[in-house]
Amino acid sequence: MPHIALPEGLPGIRGAMAFRPETAKPLNELVEVLLHNPGTLSEGERELIATYVSYLNDCHYCQSIHGAIAAAHLNGDEELVRRVKADFQHAAIPDKLKALLVIVAKVQKGGRSVTTEDVAAARRLGATDHEIHDTVLIAAAFCMYNRYVDGLDTIQPHDEAMYRERGKAVAREGYVAISKTYLPAEPVAR
Amino acid sequence: MPHIALPEGLPGISAGFAFRPETARPMRELAHILLHQPNSLTPGERELIATYVSSENDCYFCQTSHGAAAACHLGNAETVKQVKTDFLNAPISPKLKALLAIAAKVQKGGRSVTAEDVAAARRQGATDHEIHDTVLIAAAFCMYNRYVDGLDTWQPRDESMYAEMGRHLAESGYLKPSR
Repeated sequence: MPHIALPEGLPGIRGAMAFRPETAKPLNELVEVLLHNPGTLSEGERELIATYVSYLNDCHYCQSIHGAIAAAHLNGDEELVRRVKADFQHAAIPDKLKALLVIVAKVQKGGRSVTTEDVAAARRLGATDHEIHDTVLIAAAFCMYNRYVDGLDTIQPHDEAMYRERGKAVAREGYVAISKTYLPAEPVAR
Repeated sequence: MPHIALPEGLPGISAGFAFRPETARPMRELAHILLHQPNSLTPGERELIATYVSSENDCYFCQTSHGAAAACHLGNAETVKQVKTDFLNAPISPKLKALLAIAAKVQKGGRSVTAEDVAAARRQGATDHEIHDTVLIAAAFCMYNRYVDGLDTWQPRDESMYAEMGRHLAESGYLKPSR
């Protein structure tokens, strides 16, 4: 049972967002820019970052759904997603992404843990300032989303097929478009 | 020196916002709704929650700027200091104390919040809406704090700058830069 009376039938963050559509709007817009809009890091890479930090924060819903979205972007490679969570240094991902995941793990512990050397290592592997910025912000943002989802004790089904199907839909449509299926319609301006 | 080439002369999160306006817009809007728009918790109470979480996360810029905004709303800087060091003995309502206990749990991790923490807040009159916003304010500052420190932004030690920033935030909110 969630800590507060959330709308029923909407798992994870969707229940919380439907409870408070005013805050849902910027929350969805932020994740859309960070994970779905075109960028020099692929959508699959950015979803792997979101999945990894959600895994470190032990948030079942977020790591499952973002893992499924990552897999949908990566030709359905669920094994790669598992490898990144368990031991990203030995996963089949670019060295640049490994260096960015090192930064992510530091941000998850606390912003002050990130060192000049962590950043220099990512830069040596070709990471740009824009990519380092977005990596820090994705990691920071999921320290928010994960706490929001778990802090309200939202419903978090253990149903791999559900996450797989939803993951494909979010990968295809993006966060803002799909939010219209569970948020109340915005009032028409008069 | 910040970890990346941020625009110069802008302290704390304003440098991150200027570097990437696309993400700044929803982040500003979220803070504005949570801290500034009318609500059953006063802006002063909500700024205290933001300040407390930022202090727990050891983020100098955020705890100082939001502490200044809280002091401006409350007309009292001493209460802000007491909330950071020992909120249970600060001159604030029992309801806000119960909500700060929830905020402290969220700062550690969402799964730390117990049904008993929430029941205690409800016994002091907290509504579902207030509990929701407390959890989301605490969670959001676990983002803002990590963003500000994770980029190693410039965080000047200049009390008058923070006092001015606090006044701007208290009066105008979060949608536009203060300078």
